Amino acid sequence: MSGRTAVIALPYLWLLLFFVIPFVIVLKISFSETQIAMPPYQPLLQWAGERLADIRLNVNFGNFLYLFEDRLYLLALVNSLQVATVSTLLALLIGYPLAYAIARSDPRWRGILLMLVILPFWTSFLLRVYAWIGILKNNGLLNNFLLWLGVIDQPIVMLQTDFATYLGIVYCYLPFMVMPLYANLEKMDVTLLEAAEDLGCRPLRAFASITLPLSLPGVVAGCMLVFIPAVGEYVIPALLGPSDSLMIGKVLWTEFFNNRDWPVASAVAIVLLLILVAPIMYFQRAQGRESGGRR
Amino acid sequence: MASSSALESAGPGRPWNDPAAEPYIRIERVSKSFADFVAVDDVSLNIYRSELFCLLGGSGCGKTTLLRMLAGFEEPSSGKIFIDGLDMSGIPPYERPVNMMFQSYALFPHMTVDQNVGFGLQMENRSRSEIADRVAHMLKLVRLSEFGKRKPDQLSGGQRQRVALARALIKQPKLLLLDEPLGALDRKLREHTQFELVNLQEDLGVTFVVVTHDQEEAMTLSSRIGVMDHGKIVQVGTPQEIYESPRSRFVAEFVGSVNLFAGQLTASEPDRLRITCPELEQPVHVDVDESSVAAPLTALWVAIRPEKIQLSVQPPQAAANWTRGLVKEIAYQGNLSVLLIRLPSGKTVRVTRPNVWRHEEESITWEQEVYLHWHASSPLVVSA
Repeated sequence: MSGRTAVIALPYLWLLLFFVIPFVIVLKISFSETQIAMPPYQPLLQWAGERLADIRLNVNFGNFLYLFEDRLYLLALVNSLQVATVSTLLALLIGYPLAYAIARSDPRWRGILLMLVILPFWTSFLLRVYAWIGILKNNGLLNNFLLWLGVIDQPIVMLQTDFATYLGIVYCYLPFMVMPLYANLEKMDVTLLEAAEDLGCRPLRAFASITLPLSLPGVVAGCMLVFIPAVGEYVIPALLGPSDSLMIGKVLWTEFFNNRDWPVASAVAIVLLLILVAPIMYFQRAQGRESGGRR
Repeated sequence: MASSSALESAGPGRPWNDPAAEPYIRIERVSKSFADFVAVDDVSLNIYRSELFCLLGGSGCGKTTLLRMLAGFEEPSSGKIFIDGLDMSGIPPYERPVNMMFQSYALFPHMTVDQNVGFGLQMENRSRSEIADRVAHMLKLVRLSEFGKRKPDQLSGGQRQRVALARALIKQPKLLLLDEPLGALDRKLREHTQFELVNLQEDLGVTFVVVTHDQEEAMTLSSRIGVMDHGKIVQVGTPQEIYESPRSRFVAEFVGSVNLFAGQLTASEPDRLRITCPELEQPVHVDVDESSVAAPLTALWVAIRPEKIQLSVQPPQAAANWTRGLVKEIAYQGNLSVLLIRLPSGKTVRVTRPNVWRHEEESITWEQEVYLHWHASSPLVVSA
């Protein structure tokens, strides 16, 4: 095997080992039935090549049907999509001006400013979410500060509200919005804006008709990077959100650990994946068309 | 130089010689510095209506900065710019009666050719039908009518250049600024486009200010050239004045090629100088008129253009200026040949000869001894 083939094969091998095979295992589990045993599901097939043809015979669609029969799953899914959508829009609203400001700042400062955006990643994700509990709780930092200021005379309930969920998600995923937007805005040719101004275009209108449309690929990339993990987010709603919040990630956790219903949990995961793959494929094709037409 | 007296007159096409003419652009003692770097240093310049004025200079000479100050992208650190009598201080680019064609063309990649060309009119909130009409007219002018629906990246370099030109001209500006307009085109296309640009400029009567580092381009395009060096304008003149009467060694060397000989003045008559050059066998005689001597007569350079030196195998009969030399290199270029000739002093002289005949009778070849001679009106005397 030549070095060239090895270099190409390595990422494929990685994907095969850590993406394709686990996915196939989850897929397999989702078509099996629960049982009280170890592992907690009936064997569907064995890893024997000649028995691969038997899969179709042993498929159990019950788990998937169950997801549609119980409104809980649908509600959780809709709720998750809604939380993810709102969080993504909020992150975009905050992230775009941030990325724009960094991209247009003095080149000597850009590195430092970017560093500040990434800096929170140096602390554990879980720790950062926990820190918000200390800030948001009734006798936490924020409430005490507001009481001290005299703005309020009794604490506002912030922890375990939807507000806290949104805050946590936006806070945690903001860098994923800023980075692709920055990369896009930074490489934009500034003479395009000069050309627009030269043709009588005021700066604000130049932004709307030149910068914004040209930064759309960055907007799409940033939104995907925030939206996709936000849909399946479990930790933030569990720690900061209301206890009765229905998030698909939380449902999955409950099915897997509390109910020990691996097949249904797997089915939830598969449905979630399918729902997320559709927009990804759509955007990829849209971008492919764009760059195809550009050549 | 014989025609230099004619150049002094203020003909209809030469407003710069008419003291009463009102300049369209008045640049008054403009300087621009960035941090500790002075890009433009105390430049004063008048440009007249319907001129095609070239700012010529090497990279970093300040020509682009000067152009950007005219467009309004940079504010002068000191001095004032007047366009059509109006002080441009503090007026943003989008309010100036000026359009610019960018070196990179700066076409909007997400818009079609139609949308690019119509952009300026759209900013004026013109009606849809008016925009469509004027875009169609403009595209016809630059012969791109078929390409309105394409995106910029589906066009060739030359087509993109014409889209940029159409976009800059659609608002019918009184002044068009062009930053290296032909820089990105290949040689054949450049030549063709040069003449197109001149024709368009003459048809529309727009004042063009062109920035270029290419002296050939400047010569072909312009009514006048301003040669820039280190942020200053070192000479302003018609292409002929710049080429035939450079006022300094820098201009002589920058515009065209030139043979330079250091020398000292040994005799001065009213209309003729004699200059001794260590690199030449005998003193050089120079006919004097006001256009050929631009130097205080201490440290001198005698400058002779390669095409003004004639070669012969026999010693010349009547020429006052001659020297011997050995042919070291011949570069045949079709229309002319470039010869590098080594003088006895070791100095190499460049001579060009037009290839008038298909078969040269008195052929000159390598390592042959030849005589170089030139008319006393050909050399120039310039300062260092």
